[in-house]
Amino acid sequence: MAKENAKEPLFHIAKRPAIIWYKAWIIRIASVVVALLVSAIVTVLLTGENPLNVYGTMIEGAVGTSRRIWSLSQDIAILLCISLAVTPAFKMRFWNIGAEGQVLIGGLATTACMILIGDKVPSALLIVIMIVASIVAGAVWGIIPAVFKAFWNTNETLFTLMMNYIAIQLVSYFSYEWSVPKGSGQIGIINSDTEAGWLPVIGDKPYLLNIIIVLIITLIMFIYLKYSKHGYEISVVGESENTAKYIGINVKKVIIRTMIVSGAVCGIAGLLLVGGTDHTITRDTAGGRGFTAIMVSWLAKFNPIYMILTSFLIVFLQKGAIEISTKFSLNDSFSEIITGIIIFFIIGSEFFINYQIKKRESVKEVSE
Amino acid sequence: MIVAFIQRAVMQGIPLLFGSTGEILTEKSGNLNLGIPGIMYVGGISGVIGAFLYERSAGGNLNPFLAIFIPLICSILGSALMGLIYCFLTVTLRANQNVTGLALTTFGVGIGNFFGGSLIKITGSDLPSINLTKTSNYFKASLPFADDLGWFGKVFLSYSFLAYVAIIVAVIASYFLKRTKKGLNLRSVGESPATADAAGINVNRYKYVSTCVGSVIAGLGGLYYVMDYACGVWSNDGFGDRGWLAVALVIFSIWKPNLSILGSILFGGLLIVHNYIPGLGVSTQEIFQMLPYVVTIIVLVFTSMRKKRENQPPASLGLSYFREER
Repeated sequence: MAKENAKEPLFHIAKRPAIIWYKAWIIRIASVVVALLVSAIVTVLLTGENPLNVYGTMIEGAVGTSRRIWSLSQDIAILLCISLAVTPAFKMRFWNIGAEGQVLIGGLATTACMILIGDKVPSALLIVIMIVASIVAGAVWGIIPAVFKAFWNTNETLFTLMMNYIAIQLVSYFSYEWSVPKGSGQIGIINSDTEAGWLPVIGDKPYLLNIIIVLIITLIMFIYLKYSKHGYEISVVGESENTAKYIGINVKKVIIRTMIVSGAVCGIAGLLLVGGTDHTITRDTAGGRGFTAIMVSWLAKFNPIYMILTSFLIVFLQKGAIEISTKFSLNDSFSEIITGIIIFFIIGSEFFINYQIKKRESVKEVSE
Repeated sequence: MIVAFIQRAVMQGIPLLFGSTGEILTEKSGNLNLGIPGIMYVGGISGVIGAFLYERSAGGNLNPFLAIFIPLICSILGSALMGLIYCFLTVTLRANQNVTGLALTTFGVGIGNFFGGSLIKITGSDLPSINLTKTSNYFKASLPFADDLGWFGKVFLSYSFLAYVAIIVAVIASYFLKRTKKGLNLRSVGESPATADAAGINVNRYKYVSTCVGSVIAGLGGLYYVMDYACGVWSNDGFGDRGWLAVALVIFSIWKPNLSILGSILFGGLLIVHNYIPGLGVSTQEIFQMLPYVVTIIVLVFTSMRKKRENQPPASLGLSYFREER
């Protein structure tokens, strides 16, 4: 009799039951270490330099001087702020990849206030108006795709993506309209003489206010997601829309409300960038952070506190890689390659946390 | 002027057509590959690297066949590799597709700009910039009698071979998806992988093959852009956001490659129409460049409202498939 039974493959994959937390972290840390090794190999191949020197250069570039530490912290704060913004939407499985546009439009609203009414109202009132305007603008940019998702199930990934470019073009348009000198397409530093609408500086540290605001938002977001009723509703909708409907959650309302929150926090990031840091706006003000934030948020498992770590990791790598490229006169985009490699490895490592690979057990043949 | 406009629109549209045909094939397998912009950069720069090295080693006189073949094969290998990274992470390791895709875009754009900016330094060459005019001339070769045929020749016959490849690939992809058994299998994988699996279709193989083939096609768009449109001159970020426009075009053409031929030319036209309307200020031109995105949103909203079954995205788009998870 011919044996017709199907062969069991040598390996098969099974879902792990919950993994112990320290094992999960060992896997994650191991993946970062492997990723750093691979990046080092790539760097050495491209620069022909001793890898230890390369790491030294990276650390030097990121935290070498106190000015660099401040600039690093500022970049972490902004990236963290945008990551926090996209998180509630992601927990709800609403793929908001439009943070870039929401930040820009918040920044544009801030710019508009500074330019149009900068010399007409007292400074304190102006800042209040700027805060409101940026939050409203970001929220509007978030609510549009949310409404269509809630009522007609329009694909939100693609919708929010398109909204980015509308925001970018709007910024370009106003860059020409308000350009100084006329027609140059550059707005330049706004109100550089009166400093109207510039966010106040705490104790000579230009970025300290941004950092404090973002830390407060982090804490609020942590509490909002973990302990509030809204946060609970978000996670139920994210797990299963049907369950949510069954227990009487108004799914449409949750989607729209969450996207308002998401867009509003993006708007604040725009405010901080324009009012607190750059005092101007260009198409590149958001600088791809809207996309990086998605990876930061996902790597942190949507936990606001871990996000401080993951955004630190990403910004540190970027700063370090930029230093390498300056030192070896390579192109700045080197940092994007390194970031890409690291993220690939961390994404890949999640597999080993969620699944286990089982080897085929040798079965004794029953002889006839 | 109309003829010139159509010509420019087609030339703008061809990279988008490559990108969207590739992405349609990919999405039909249920993979939402947001790495397409990065893949198109890699396709472009791999071709540039190939051509650069060949031009350097060959000195002055290039063999026409090799001048086209080497960049082409480099571009194909580069983008296939990107497709493999995406598949390995999302299909084998079941990672989140959005995150993987965005990381791939960061990575790919980084590679493009990095090598574009540092190729000369790395190879120790003494040229001031990457200028592959010779290779580009071979890529740009068009039918010699096209100009003699008046407007007809200019509108239909004046393009280089890659442009026709783009259209042929789109037609073949369309036929493949609609009329062949393999195409049917592929669509079933995208709609409901569990059902396809039960019917004995190897889900992972279909996802791998269609995503990698899709990446290769998209990568050719990058190659066309740099070799033909940009005349062999690589400029960093020159390719711009065309990759995202290609993703938008997928929606616009409601996942049908043959519609995307017309769509790409329309998008190409929308991209440059501001140059042809007299009396526009610089700032208004920026508003006009918004058009392709606005049109895409309108189509997206319209198709989701009408809920016509054949116009919907593949049902499992964006989800990883794991057999034991039901």
